[in-house]
This record gives sequence, C-alpha cells and structure tokens, in this order.
Amino acid sequence: MTDPNPFSGSPDKEPATEAQESLSEAQATPTQPAGDTEQTVPATATAKEPDPGESRPSMGRMFLDNLWAANTLTVTVLAVLLAMVVGAVLIIVSDPEVLATYSYITARPTDALNASWTVVSEAYANLFKGAIFDPDAVGFTAALSPISETLTYAAPLVFTGLSVALAFRGGLFNIGAQGQATIAVILAAVAGFALPLPPVVHLLVALIAGALGGALWGFIPGILKARAGAHEVINTIMLNYVAVYFLSWIIVQNGVQNPNRSDAISKPVDSSAQLPRLLGDDLRVHAGILLAVAATWFIAWLLNRSTLGFELRAVGANPDAARTAGISVTKTYVLVMVFAGMLAGLGGSTMVLGTTATALTPLVIAQIGFDGILVALLGRVKPWGVLLAALLFGALQAGGNRMQSYSGISLELVTVLQALIVIFIAAPALVKTIFQLRAARAARLQTSLAKGW
Amino acid sequence: MSTTAVPEVAVTAVDEGFWTRNRKIGAVLLALGVLAAVLFGALATDQHARFTLSETEGGAALEINGTVGAILFGLITAAAGGALLAGVPKRWFTLLLGAGLVAFVLSFLCWQVSAAPEGRNFMPLVNVVRGTFILALPLIFGALAGVLCERSGVVNVAIEGQLLMGAFSGALFGSMSGSVWVGLVAAAIGGAFISFLLAVFSIRYLVDQVVMGIVLNLLAVGITGFLYERLMQTDAAKYNSAPRFGNWEIPLLSDIPLLGPALFRGNIFLYLGLLLVLVIHLALFRTRWGLRTRSVGEHPTAADTLGVKVLRLRYRNVILAGLVAGVGGASYTLALYSFTKNMIGGKGFIALAALIFGRWSPTGALLAALFFGFADQLATYLGAIGSSIPSQFLAMLPYLATILAVAGLVGKVRAPAADGKPYIKG
Repeated sequence: MTDPNPFSGSPDKEPATEAQESLSEAQATPTQPAGDTEQTVPATATAKEPDPGESRPSMGRMFLDNLWAANTLTVTVLAVLLAMVVGAVLIIVSDPEVLATYSYITARPTDALNASWTVVSEAYANLFKGAIFDPDAVGFTAALSPISETLTYAAPLVFTGLSVALAFRGGLFNIGAQGQATIAVILAAVAGFALPLPPVVHLLVALIAGALGGALWGFIPGILKARAGAHEVINTIMLNYVAVYFLSWIIVQNGVQNPNRSDAISKPVDSSAQLPRLLGDDLRVHAGILLAVAATWFIAWLLNRSTLGFELRAVGANPDAARTAGISVTKTYVLVMVFAGMLAGLGGSTMVLGTTATALTPLVIAQIGFDGILVALLGRVKPWGVLLAALLFGALQAGGNRMQSYSGISLELVTVLQALIVIFIAAPALVKTIFQLRAARAARLQTSLAKGW
Repeated sequence: MSTTAVPEVAVTAVDEGFWTRNRKIGAVLLALGVLAAVLFGALATDQHARFTLSETEGGAALEINGTVGAILFGLITAAAGGALLAGVPKRWFTLLLGAGLVAFVLSFLCWQVSAAPEGRNFMPLVNVVRGTFILALPLIFGALAGVLCERSGVVNVAIEGQLLMGAFSGALFGSMSGSVWVGLVAAAIGGAFISFLLAVFSIRYLVDQVVMGIVLNLLAVGITGFLYERLMQTDAAKYNSAPRFGNWEIPLLSDIPLLGPALFRGNIFLYLGLLLVLVIHLALFRTRWGLRTRSVGEHPTAADTLGVKVLRLRYRNVILAGLVAGVGGASYTLALYSFTKNMIGGKGFIALAALIFGRWSPTGALLAALFFGFADQLATYLGAIGSSIPSQFLAMLPYLATILAVAGLVGKVRAPAADGKPYIKG
C-alpha cells in the first residue's frame, strides 16, 4: 500500500532491549511503517481513530488509548518485556547464592530483592552494552563495536527470515531454511576455495553457487508438494538432516578438508571471495547486511508489486480460488520454494563468505535456519518486519555474547528469550489478557497459519 | 497428507492402466535385486560371512559364502520384484515387499561382512538386535507421544522438546533426590510441561500447531541448556549424577537363544516401551477412549455432536503424550548417560518420521522405530568393521525413507483428517 521502505536508511536504530521505555522509543519509529505494508487499506487509519459517536477526546487521550490497545507494536513490546521477566526469573532461580537469600525472605526481604536486582540488572545491562552501545567505551572502534556485532549477527537472519516469510505468504511452511543454508554454505565455501578467480567475480560466483544450492534444496520439497501432495513440513525437516549429514561427510573428504588439520574443518575461503568489511578491519560488520537490506527491498517489491507476488499471495490465501482464477498452483508452489531456498542459501553463504567464519565446520551455520522461523513470525511475515526482527535477534545474540563473558550468564538465555518472545507474539490473546489491553483490531492479530498436515 | 495436496494432480488415480503402484514398486524392487546380485556379488569376497548368535565371534553361527550369499539374496529381491511386476493379488503385496527389502539388506550384509578384514568378518547378531532396540527406544516413546497427540488432532512437532525436557528433569531431580523413581516421575512431568504449553497455546489460543512445536523445541533447548550451564556444569555431583536403572533379567524368557540375551536382559525402559505400544494399541482400537480419540482426530464436529468433549479430550491426550515422551527422555539420563546440552540431537524428529512412516499407528510406529534403530546400529557396526560406506549416508537413511514414504512411493500415508486444525465450537 504505502511505500514499503520509508526507513531503510536507519536499521541500526533498532533495537533496545534494556527496558520497556527505551524499547518503545527505539521501536516506535521503525515498527509502525512496517505495519503499513498490510493489505487492508484502512488498517492504520482506523487504528488512529476512536469509536465514532463518542465526543471526540483530546489528542493525548487518543494516543494513550491506542497505545494500550492491542496493536502490533504494543503486543511486540509487551511480548519482549514478558520474555525478559521470565528470563529474569530463570536467572534468579539458577543462581544458588541469590536463591539462598530467599530462604529468609520473610525476615529480611530487602536482601533477596537486592540480590535479585543486582544479578538481573547486571545481566541485562551487559546485554544492552553488547548489543547497542557501551557508555564506557573509548574511541571510534569500541563505540561502534556493539552495533557492528549486532549487524553481523542480523545479516544471515534477515535472509533466512525472508525465506520463511516468503514461503508463509505462499501458504507453505519452510522449516527447511536450515538445510537450504547448509547446502548453500557447502557450495559457497567450495567455490570460495577451489576456483581461482579474480576478486569481484569470485565473490559473485561463490554467492551464486550458494544461492543455487539453496534453491535446489528448496526445489525438492516444492516439487514433491506440487506433484505428489507430500507435505512440505515433513520433507523440509527431513532434508535438514540429510543436509547436515552431507556437510559432515564432505568436510572430511580429500580436497575439501584442510590438509594441515586433523579435525573436521575445510580449507579457508580465498580472500578474493570474501565480502568486504564496511567499517575497517577491526569491526566485523561486512557487506552482507547491505545485501540483506537489498534482498528485503526486493522481496517487498516482489510480494507487493509483481505479478508473481500477487499470484503467490493469492495461492497462499486460498489455493482453490487461485486455481479457479487461472493461477497455476503447482508452478507457484515450486517457485515459492525455489525462491525461499535461494534466500536461505544466500543467508548460509554470508556465514562463510562474511566474517563469522572462513571455513566449513560441522556447526558453521549455527541455528540461522531455525532462528529464521522465529524472525519471520516476529516480523509478522512481512519483509520490512523481518528486517527489524532480525536486527532484534542479532542484537540479542551480540548482547548475549557479552552477557556470557561479563556476567557469566549462559548464552542459552538468549535462545529462551527469543523463543518466549515468539510464543507471546504468536498468542496475542494471552498478552492481551495479562495486560488487560483493550481489544482493538484483535482479529488482525491472530496469526492464523494453521493448515494441518 | 492429502488435506493440502494440490488437486491439480490426481493423488490416487482409480484407473491407472498397466502401471499400478504395485507394479512400479515391483519394477524398482526388481532393479534393486539385479543391482544387488551384480554389484554386491562382484564386490563380495569368497570369505565366509558369519552371523554369530552371540555377542562374540564364537558360538553357533549362520555361515554363508560371501559371493554366493550376495548373489542369492539379490536374486530373491529380484524375484519378489518380478512377482509384483507380474501382478500378484494385492494381499501378497506387503509380504513380497518386506521379503524383497530384507533380502536386499542381507545381500548388502553378505558383501560387507565378507569383505571386512580378517578377524572382523563376523556379525554378532545379539549385539545388533540389542543395539537396534536401545537406539530405537527414544524413537518408540517419541512416536507413541506423536500417536497420542495426532490421533486426537494436535500436530506434535515438539517431540524433540518433550524428550529433551524429560531427559533434563529426570537427570536433575534424580540427582537431587538420589532416587531413580523420583527421577522417572520428574521426567514424565518435565515432558508433560512442554506438552502442556503445546496444549494451551494450540487449543486455547489457537496458535498454529507446527509453529508452536518448533518454538517449543527451541524453548526446551534454551531452558535445559541454560540450566545445564548454570547448575549442572558448576556442580555436577549435586545436579547431574542421577542414579541409573539396572538391567532386569526376565526368568525363562532370557534363556531363549538370540532374543533372550538381546531383549529380556534390558532395563525398565525397554519393557515399558514395548508394553506401552501394546497398551496404546489396544486402548486406541478397542476402548471407548480410543474410539473417541480417533473420532476427534478425524471429525471433531461430529464427535462433539455426539457429546464428546473435544477440547477436554485433546488437552488430556496431549498431556498424556508429554508424559510418555518425558519417560522416553529419561531412558537416556536414568539408564545410559548423564545429561549433556541438546543431548536428544534430532531423535525427536526421527520419532516424528517414525510416526509418519508407521502411518500414525502404535504398531506401525514401533516397526518404523526399529527400522530406523537398525539403520543407526548398522552405521555403528559398519564403522567398527572399517566399511567403505560412509556412516553419514547410512545416517541419512531414515530421513530419505520418510521423504519417499510421504511422497507416496512406498505406500500411501494419510494423517488423521483433523490433524493440525484447531477446533472452535459453534
């Protein structure tokens, strides 16, 4: 509807995770336009309007009312807040020293509260410092380092998130982003160290090899779905594991394995095939994030402006109606999965062509495929929403690293937070009940993707 | 499966002409048989392939010349395929397909065992059978959890998380109390905790069940990993040294050759798993609860009209599933290993595959789990005899088999009709 990328220049405003206030401030600008890309035309218009018939209240009153109504932004912020509260509980119950103060909480409640506050606030402060900005940092590099880390972690998640979101819009659930990224990372890395090519060409060839690998791994469930009606959820899960075993096999083959090492690691990718760093050699952020923004723009255009995007959304909304209208559902399913695979493939490629790793290892792509599912859901399966969600997840990851090394809080807490955020997002009715939100546009909040097997 | 199939393509053609599904499978089997006879026969050596009925090289054994065995079993596969191709009555289909596949595996084994280096060219069947069951155990529990859930219409992708949570809480509370039984109960409750979340969010809040399952898996990985690092790694003696169930020998039965030592000298989980298959099978197909469960999974509106409390039944079944999967997780931490991060490592998804491969029935799930367990065990065995087949490709087998099954190449799989669809009354 509206211009889908009014804020592409400022992705790094996102996100604050320290407290609700800073979060709502940081997200207020970017998230709202993301909602505008919805298809329902009067969506944002009605959201700003109070009930007709009543006497018109003041602007401030309207703003507060809408702030507390169950809209996308409020639910997202409250979901993050709720997740952090649960995370805080986990931090407290897993700390024996703090837990000990609770044994005499009736006698001296301040002890327990102080101890809890100290451990939780220190953990979350480190999360913030690692992700956004460290006030104690001195110098250009140190000040930009958290943002650089956040963007580095966010880049592949944008791709896998877009992959899952695109498939969702076409009515398919792509759990296979992990496998697609795995096949892609193999091809990208092999192209990266096996082909002797000049710098720019080499990088392009490696990226294309990765994208094609992902596309192939997306094509298989797509064609099986279209031709045999085989459910893509099952097939993509199975292909994930096939890809993982293939990766662990190919790493130790002659010509792939690093000849100087006995463990499972491949030769390093040539420097001519690596994505350039954006902010000097000391900061890890690389051109992958620019590619990610470009991909977001392209997918937004594809979905909202192109014929294929229209057909894709039509098939996703109602395959029978789409078929009646003359759209080939089989062709669309295959194309959706190929595109989704390609996106996940690019995400996987940036893992080995960027700065995260330079060689294949069994865990080279970490969890980007599964995180992509969460990112897509958090981003409400809209391209620009996915970008913001990926930035939030990248920030959590970057902050989690600092939290682990400075506060000794395991990085796994980040996984818990991410999963909880998405659970609360997926069940807006629960958030609504907990915070007694007014039911505005409640129907639109329902993430109804249910199709069954 | 067919709920979201693309009707542009006829999934079940009534009149297929000469190339019926059975004939196609027969042709594939025939090709496999010829391939086995030629390729495995050529690669096998003249050494004897010994299949000993014990845990070691000695004792009674079935022996066959490697080349002869590989060719013979390959020809049996080809014959079974040929019979299917010729168009035998349908009731023979399962038998012939089964015989053909077993003979194919035997042909393969004759090649592998006879080609193994001197001193290692034997296969101890007791170990293989026992290993198959041990590796299949979490799959059996997981797949049964899937049966309970999905037969009542709730997709359970969270099996992995339920197993993991069961394993974790079994280890944690078993260690803290020092009692295996407390650990067992805690494990069941841990699994039920994850499935309780699945139930609440998918039934009450109508969240997409597959999405919820995936997210719950991540949540379980996160919570157990977090607490593992915070508690178990810092003080393993207190939090991660659960007592273990010993092996119970069943009198009389344990004296049966081959099966006795392999099956009837196991731990409580082995017996519990096999018993649960039987109990759930009987309950599902012979009791009122089973009839109601199946009807809710197929057509909840009709069941509701007849007075079945659809949502209550779904809640109950999903939580029961969690209890079963939790015990399955404990079969790791209360019998074999101490807890480590993400120790289930994808077994929950193989259990899901076993559920689908076994066509949503308890006995089918058992057979599928055993097949996957055997593939796993075979990979270990072939690694031990220094086989040229990379173990990674054998490890892919369950996943590839499931893809073939779902694509309709090995028979038609059909999920309960209402599986994954939330029920909204009225």
